[in-house]
Formats: sequence, structure tokens, C-alpha cells
Amino acid sequence: MAEAENQEQSGGTQTGLAHTLVAAALFLWFFGFLDRIADGEAVRLAWDWAPSLGISFSFVFDGLSLTFALLISGIGTLIHLYSSSYLGGHPQYRRFALYLTAFMVSMLGLVLADNLIALFVFWELTTITSYLLIGFGHETTNGRRSALQAMLVTGAGALAMLAGFILLGRAAGTFEISEILLRKDLVLAHDHFGAILILVLLGAFTKSAQVPFHFWLPNAMAAPTPVSAFLHSATMVKGGVYLMARLYPAFSASEVWVWTLTIFGAVTAVFASVMALRQTDLKQALAYTTLMALGTLTLYLGQSSEYAITAFATFLIVHSFYKAALFLVVGAIDHGTGTRDAEILGGLGRAMPFTALAAALAAASMAGLPPFLGFIGKELLYAGSIRVETSVIFVTGMVLVANALMFTVSAIVAFRPFWRPSRGRLPVVPHEAPWQMLAGPLFLAACGTAFGIFPGLVQHTIVDPIVGSLLGDPEKAKELHLWAGINVPFVLSLVTYAIGLALYIPHQSIRGALARLDAATPTMDDWWDALLAGFRRFARWLTAILQPGDLRTYLATTFMVVIFGFAGTMLVRGLGPLELAPTNLQWSDWFVFGLIVGSTGVVVATSSRITAVAALGVGGIGVALTFISFGAPDVAITQLLVETLVVVLVGVAMLRMPFLDELGSRDRRPADALIAVGVGVVVSLVVLAVLAQPIDLRLTEYFEKTSAKEAFGQNIVNVILVDFRALDTFGEISVVLIAGLASYALLRTTVKHGRDEE
Amino acid sequence: MKSIILMAGTRYLVGVLLVFSLYMLWRGHNEPGGGFIGGLIGATSFVLYAIAFGTEAARRALRVMPQTVAAVGLGIALVAGLAAALAGDDLFTGQWLFLGADPEIEGDKGLPLSTVLVFDIGVYLVVFGAILTLVFAMEEEI
Repeated sequence: MAEAENQEQSGGTQTGLAHTLVAAALFLWFFGFLDRIADGEAVRLAWDWAPSLGISFSFVFDGLSLTFALLISGIGTLIHLYSSSYLGGHPQYRRFALYLTAFMVSMLGLVLADNLIALFVFWELTTITSYLLIGFGHETTNGRRSALQAMLVTGAGALAMLAGFILLGRAAGTFEISEILLRKDLVLAHDHFGAILILVLLGAFTKSAQVPFHFWLPNAMAAPTPVSAFLHSATMVKGGVYLMARLYPAFSASEVWVWTLTIFGAVTAVFASVMALRQTDLKQALAYTTLMALGTLTLYLGQSSEYAITAFATFLIVHSFYKAALFLVVGAIDHGTGTRDAEILGGLGRAMPFTALAAALAAASMAGLPPFLGFIGKELLYAGSIRVETSVIFVTGMVLVANALMFTVSAIVAFRPFWRPSRGRLPVVPHEAPWQMLAGPLFLAACGTAFGIFPGLVQHTIVDPIVGSLLGDPEKAKELHLWAGINVPFVLSLVTYAIGLALYIPHQSIRGALARLDAATPTMDDWWDALLAGFRRFARWLTAILQPGDLRTYLATTFMVVIFGFAGTMLVRGLGPLELAPTNLQWSDWFVFGLIVGSTGVVVATSSRITAVAALGVGGIGVALTFISFGAPDVAITQLLVETLVVVLVGVAMLRMPFLDELGSRDRRPADALIAVGVGVVVSLVVLAVLAQPIDLRLTEYFEKTSAKEAFGQNIVNVILVDFRALDTFGEISVVLIAGLASYALLRTTVKHGRDEE
Repeated sequence: MKSIILMAGTRYLVGVLLVFSLYMLWRGHNEPGGGFIGGLIGATSFVLYAIAFGTEAARRALRVMPQTVAAVGLGIALVAGLAAALAGDDLFTGQWLFLGADPEIEGDKGLPLSTVLVFDIGVYLVVFGAILTLVFAMEEEI
């Protein structure tokens, strides 16, 4: 038993190692492009997909996409390493690793794609893989609900986005993003620009969880911690931000773009940082700080100054470093102590020194303290905010509030659990995490530190190329300094620290007040549930009408549609001339006619099901004879065989049924007769009207001419079936197969059920 | 309900029907027939067998599950359609091979072989299998 477990464990480790190496190889491959991209080059790879529709698998490596690709593959490597220990013992770890890699590849496709449709496909692939990852703990109701919610919210947004993409592609005349950006005047002047902008932003806002679509992100924390670190801080949620940045060169000239992004971004940032303060679960607190970062990034994409865009580029990487590190730290705390509750945790600094170190470095970057990269990021945010064109007071005020709260939250998350005296009993005696779980957070936190002290390391490789992608010229990037003298941003930084500290001291009572407020107000989450419940009620109501389960109702509905459809068309469009003179009928035709009418009479008159079925079969054979006498032998043979089989099948089914209940069905007979006569009349009228028209023989002539010459067959019907329209036939036989299997499944279920009852 | 006459007749009829169904499939390209019709006739033979000897006996006589036959048929039809890709043609374009045809003689096709016939065999199997799936399941349920 122990041996088996050991094997399982080592198998998990090998799986983890393999996935880690794949991610690392991708990272190194992307890293190899860094020099060329930093020199202002853009690499483009393209394969045709559906050229007739202008859809291709084209990928572009420029400053923006390469930075994202490096973050995704780099953090992906660390996450894989981390999960091999964090989840290595989980019985479904292999599945998890596969999901994670699938997600990573989809995400890479998303950020590198240069074709709108390809981008959409990768976008949806990240939605699906993230559904699987969030729902990894699918045994819990909460896990399932969160996964579904994330998928539905982002999926709905993505559909809007697809509509926007199609409009955008039509407006620009191409789906290639690099081409679209060159033709921005065409797009901006297009009639549909307003619709394009709103639809695309709906996709970006749902993916990047902007208020009011934010609610799925904190719920998605039901996922295992490495997933949260990867998807919900560093990569997937930034997909929306990436899309906005990608389209920035074309769209940022629009007034609507500027105001929408400024307002939604700022509201999201402040709302999220206030909500972060309210949380006691460390992971939830981090989830809300991620929302704050996404709001900030959106806000800065609404601006056009060089400072603002430099701030965007810097804050993007700052946040990825510290947030992924902090999520991993919280995972390590959870792993080492069995809880994530900020109220219980304390005194971990001694037991988990390395985790504490990583936490301290990452949190200092998040708080914006010098000499970390976060400090430079924050200085640039302020430098950008005092130069905005919209409203300096509004933007600066919002950014100040959000940053001050970040300072407070970083102290709560990374300082208190380690350095305040322990309080309450921890579920597990705290112990340090294994090296696989320390490598990621320590490395990421160290990056945040090193790049802060030596900002030159990221200036030319990352920040300048991103600014180049957005503004068209990497020279426009502002220089990253630790010390830029005593200026407005520096003063604002000091104010930030002061407010942050002032909020930290009484933060527990603030949290209590916020919790009461939160409980008293309805949330988007509740509305979402109400919306889904309403949708289910609507579906049930509609199904009850459309699917009453009564075969007679279905048939009556079908036939009445035939009657009213034909009759309505005839009334509106007029009937036209009718062919009333029968053409040279022979005695055999009269015989067939008599056969059909006679058998139909028997069907209606008999009270025995078996007789009715047999008589119906005779009618069918009469129809087949008609086909023969008018020169369609293939149809006739098929008809004959189908009739035979139907008689057998219905006959078998009838064995079980009682005799026709005349009393019960008497009420319905007049109505049924009316429908039958109605169908007969309208169909006869249609046939007579059709006969009065000259027959268009073009198709017949075409097939007569070509079927022997091109398809080497004399039987036109069959040549059409298996050659000219083989794809249609393939569809039909698929349906035949599905129908056979479905009826088998249905009948089998009934059999089992019957046996159970016995 | 066992009928000696039906059982005795069925023994011979099943074979004849099956051979006839293949004949219909084979000649379908130039004369009335084809995969649909052939499949229906083939299915009829086993339906008859099931009526005469019981479904269990019919299943045993068929040896494989009818669902499998249908699924294999769909696979064959798909492969026949994909084969066009080897020649660089669009999906489901018929590919022909005229074995031993003499190019000197106008209209001599030798032994014509084609993916079209393979496709029709797929159609035959799907129709055959799907109908038997339904009929057997229904008869067993009663």
C-alpha cells in the first residue's frame, strides 16, 4: 500500500517535471526573441486556415505580445514546479497538470495571435480550460458554481466580442490585427464604430473582471491556489487588458474609449481595494487586489500621455511579479498551517522563514516601497495621473485611494501573519514549505527587487518595446528611476504611505463596518443567481409548452403548421393557375389510386391496430407503385422497403398496446378529420399549382450530361447521392446512425426500468 | 409464436436477400440500386430472421453488434471522403482507378474502382446497422 502510494507520488513528480520542462523550454524560446524585439523588430509567423474567409493562424511577436508570452511561460514554469509539490499527492494531479499546460498554450495563442478570429478561438480555449481548472474541486457545490459562473460571464462577453470582431473585420476589410491598426482611420470613421467599441469592450471587461462584471473573479478563488496565482493574477484576467492594449493604437483616438476606460477602470480600482480590506481570507483579499490592478491598468489604457503608457507597461510587470508571488505565498501558508484566515494566523516568521522573506519582498513591491519595482511603478502611475486629459483630480484621487489601500492590504497579507504574535490555535503545526513551493515566490519576489534596484534591466527589453507597440515609437518611453528628486509623484507617494498606515492601525474595525455594509447591500453575485434562476424558470415554462409529451399534439401541431403555412402563403401571394386536366391516365393508375384510397378508408374505419398498420402499409405500397409508373424506380424501391420495415416495427410496438379506445378518442375525431382534410386540400392545391408551371429542367439536364462523363455512372439518383452531393449523404447517414443509437439507448433505458420495477 | 413454414422459408430467403442486397449495392451506380437500398434489403433479411427465429438467434447470426456495423460504416464513408485529400482534391471528390483500361479504345473503362463505391459501402453498412439496432432493441423490449 505504502509502496503503491510512493509510486503514485513519484509518478506525479515526473509528470510535474515534464510539464515544468515544457513550460521552461517555451520560456527560453520566447526569451531568444527578446533582443530582436528590443531592437524594434517585429516577427510574424502565419499559416492559412480558411483563406477564403480571411482567417489565418498568424502570430506576431512585438513588445506587447512578447512580454505577455514571457510572463505566461515564465510564471507557468514556476507554477508547474510549485503544483508538483502542492498537488503532487492529489489523485488527479496528472489531469490537473494537463489542464494547466493546455491553458498555458491557449493563453500564449491568445496573446500572440495576429488574426481576430484566431484570437477569439484562443480566447474561448482559455475560457474552457479555466472552467476545468476552477472546477478542479468539482466535488463541492461551490467549485462547480464558481467554474460555471466564470465560464458563463466571460463566455457571454466573448460572444459580444466576436460580434464586435466581425464588424471590425468588415469595417477594416481584414481580420489581421496589424493591418487593422494601419487602417485605423477607416475604422474610426466607420458607421459601426460605436457598436464595435462597445462589443469589444464587453469582451475585454468581462474577461478582465471590470465592475460590474467583477463578481466572478473572487468566486473563482475556489480553484487550487496555483491556479489562482496563474490564471487570476498573472495571465487570464489580463487577457482583456491585453486586448485593449493591442487595439489601443487604433481605438485610443476615440472620445468614448477614453471616458469609458477611465471611469470603469477607476471605479473598479477603488471598489476592489475597499473590498480587499473587508476580506479575512488572505486569498480573497488578494483576489480583490488583483481586481484593483486590472482596474488601474484599464484606467491607464484610457490615457494617452507618454507617462501614462510607461506607467501601464511598468505596472503590468510589477503586478505580475508581486501578485503571483503573494498568491504562492498564501498557498504555502495554507499548506503549512491549514488555514488562510487573517484573524487566526500569526507568528509564522520563525517557522516559515523563507516564505516570510518572499512575502516581505513581494508585499513591499505591492505597497510601493523603495527600492522595489513597485515603487517605480507607483511613481509612474502618479506621474501619469497628473497629466491625464480627462480629469486630473478624479484620476489622481482614485489612484491615491487605491494605492493607499494596497499599502494597507499588503501589510495585512504579508506582515501580520508572520510577525505579530500568534493568536488562536492553528489547525496544523506550522512548517516550512518544500523547495518546489519556495522557488517560485522567492524568484518572483527577487525579480521585483532586482528590477527595482536596476530598472535598466527591464527598461530596454520590456518597457520600451511595450510603449513602442502602443504609441508606435519605443523612444517615447519615459525613463525608470528610483530617485527622480522631490516632485509631485514623490509627495503623493508619501501621502499614500501615510494614509495606508493610518488605515492599517484600525483596519479591524473598518473591516467589521465594511462587512456589515456588504451584508446589507445586494451584490451582483445575488443578481446573477436570480438571473440564472429566472432563466431556468423561463426554460421550464417554454419546454412545458413545446414538449408536452403527447404524440398526438406533436402531430397535430406539425400538420397545422403545414396547413397554415401553405394556406397563408396562398392567400398573400395568390394561388396562380391550376393544372386540372389529368394527363393520359391508364387503367393501372386508376388501380393504384383505388388501392391507396381503399387502404386509407380501412385505416380510418378499423378498430384493430394491427389491421390499421397493415392497411397503412398497403397505402404505402400504392405510393411506391405510383413512383414506378412515373419512372422513379430508386425512390419506389426505397419506399417499398421502408414501408415493409415500418409495418414490422409498428407491428412489434403495437403488440403491447391495448385496442383502440373508441370512447376515449371520439372527442378528438372531428378535429383530427378536419386537420386531415385540411392537409389534403392544401397539398393537392400546391401540387396542382406546381404542375401548372413549366418545369425547370436545368438541373436534370446538367446531371444527365455530366453524371456519366464526370462521375462515370448512369444512375443519376445514385451518382448524386454518392458523388455530387456526397457530403449531404454523409450528413444523412450520420443522422441515421445517431437515430439508431438514440432509439437503442431509449429502449434500453425502458427495459432496465421495467426490470427494476418487477 | 414459432412457425415451421416461416422458419424453413427464412433459411433460404435470408441468404438470397443478402446476396441480392449486395447485388443492388454493386449495380447502384448505373442502374436502380445503391447503398441505401442495399442496406434496407440487407436489414430486411435479418428482420425476417429475427421474426422467424427470435431476436437472440438473429443477434447470434449477425455475430457483431449492429451498432458497431453502423459506426464502422460511418467510418468507412468518412475515410472514402477523406481519401480525396491524398489527391489534393476537395473533401468527398470521387477518386477513380480504371484497372486494365485500354487508353486506345474510346470508353473502355476496364475494371473501374473508386472511392465512390467505398463510400456507398459505408452508406450500406450504416443503414443496415442502424435499422437492425432499432428493430432488435424494439423486439427485445416487447
